Amino acid sequence: MNVAPRLTGLVGDTALPSLLELDHVSISYPTPDGILTAVEDVSFSIAAGERLVLLGPSGCGKSTLLRAVGGFLKPSAGEIRMNGRRIGAPGPDRMTVFQEFDQLLPWRTVLGNVRYALERGKSMPRRDAEAIARRWLERVGLKNFVDAFPHTLSGGMKQRVAIARAFALEPALLLMDEPFAALDALTRRQMQDELLKLCEETGNTALFVTHGIDEAIRVGTRILALTPHPGRLAATFDVPPDTRARGSSGFGELERRIQETVFSAPEIDHV
Amino acid sequence: MSDVAAPKLVRAPALRRALEGTPWRRFVILGGFALAWELYARWLDNALLLPTLGATLSALWSAVLSGELPNRALTSLRVLITGYALGVAVAAVLTTLAALSRWGNEALGLLTSMFNPLPAIALLPIALLWFGVGTPSLIFVIVHSVLWPVALACYGGFLAVPPTLRMAGRNLGLSGGRFVAEILVPAAFPQILSGLRIGWAFAWRTLIAAELVFGVSARSGGIGWFIYTSRAQLETASVFAGLLTVILIGLLVEGVIFRSLTRITVQRWGQVQT
Repeated sequence: MNVAPRLTGLVGDTALPSLLELDHVSISYPTPDGILTAVEDVSFSIAAGERLVLLGPSGCGKSTLLRAVGGFLKPSAGEIRMNGRRIGAPGPDRMTVFQEFDQLLPWRTVLGNVRYALERGKSMPRRDAEAIARRWLERVGLKNFVDAFPHTLSGGMKQRVAIARAFALEPALLLMDEPFAALDALTRRQMQDELLKLCEETGNTALFVTHGIDEAIRVGTRILALTPHPGRLAATFDVPPDTRARGSSGFGELERRIQETVFSAPEIDHV
Repeated sequence: MSDVAAPKLVRAPALRRALEGTPWRRFVILGGFALAWELYARWLDNALLLPTLGATLSALWSAVLSGELPNRALTSLRVLITGYALGVAVAAVLTTLAALSRWGNEALGLLTSMFNPLPAIALLPIALLWFGVGTPSLIFVIVHSVLWPVALACYGGFLAVPPTLRMAGRNLGLSGGRFVAEILVPAAFPQILSGLRIGWAFAWRTLIAAELVFGVSARSGGIGWFIYTSRAQLETASVFAGLLTVILIGLLVEGVIFRSLTRITVQRWGQVQT
């Protein structure tokens, strides 16, 4: 149960500079049957360059936490700070890749989607935005589809566009809300590998939400496990680089440890 | 990431493509209808009740050549477009307010449920009192006939925009008018387009009806007035010619303007099935 220590905020602090801090965050919202507490008293921080994975079964509030970091929800208690400042409205410094395929604008082409995001999110002139958009689409393997409209693409290709759009804006923090959950198993594995490569190449800081242990180990540098109803932090796991390769002994070992700690607890069987 | 290859497509044979299209079936149906009209009118042999198709077409032709019908149609269209544009503009303002605030939302809901069921033509007496006989009264009733169905369709469309798409827009820092114009409007375009269509049909009907009611005293009337005067002079063929013009203009707007608008927008974007 080693929850990441909070930063004291002193100049010249010896700890890693933390980009994002969650300070005793609780999130609850009204439902027809009463007020539901989705997340209770969660604190953690993300250092620059880290890829933190929130792992847990459905109902553990991991997506709710991500939305709160994105600025789409307000915590009912506690504070979320980025670079020391309280998070406000959603903004392009926290680009989100959602699970749903309808996150792309259907009236814009693949290129148009990425270019528009750059024009609006970074106030970039059209020509520069277009050049950057092309570069990123090529990087995610879509150079043959720049002029296609989203409805003609497969689910995996739509997620590639969303990933290109998010990376192109060079956000301080990349938010990923189970981006591969709706894909078939083969495509999912391929996308995990390719995402890992992009993250390692760009060194982007990321907050990734998933319910797949293998996905968490594959893409993350640190894993926070959550328990459901309401969501609370259960355990932290560091993922050493040599553990990340599928089929390595470390991978299987960590997978088993996480499985035992998080998912085998008898009181969370009622999910 | 590795490149995804584009799929290859083969063109269908020309004959198959020609038969697949729908227009030729429509022409057959139209031809059958025209033949039935002509035969029945000849058998009835009463030009006062039902002129033949030939007589109607020649009345139409001479009214077009004399310049009377084109002038009337132009008068009608000018009023119609003014009222339509005004109605759509007011609908845009109302739905934007409704999309951005709770108060606007409630106001729009209340106003549409009050005024949408009220036939525009029922407001004509009030319009005549307020604006007198003439174009302003016509525009008033047209705005009423367009405003509510368009506002209702826009707002329904806004509500149906997927939450993920809204979040994707807000993620870019969009808010207020820009969020409405660049995210909600295009996302709700299928519904907005059908609202514009319904609004157009309502406006066209309302205008012709209003012209029939007080076209007699207006200085220069539109097609409704043309129909009214032709009936008063017992020129039934001209009445039919007027009706035919109303239908033709309606078809032209629907078949050319709205259909191309659908093709270059929502069909291309995959928001409706072809």
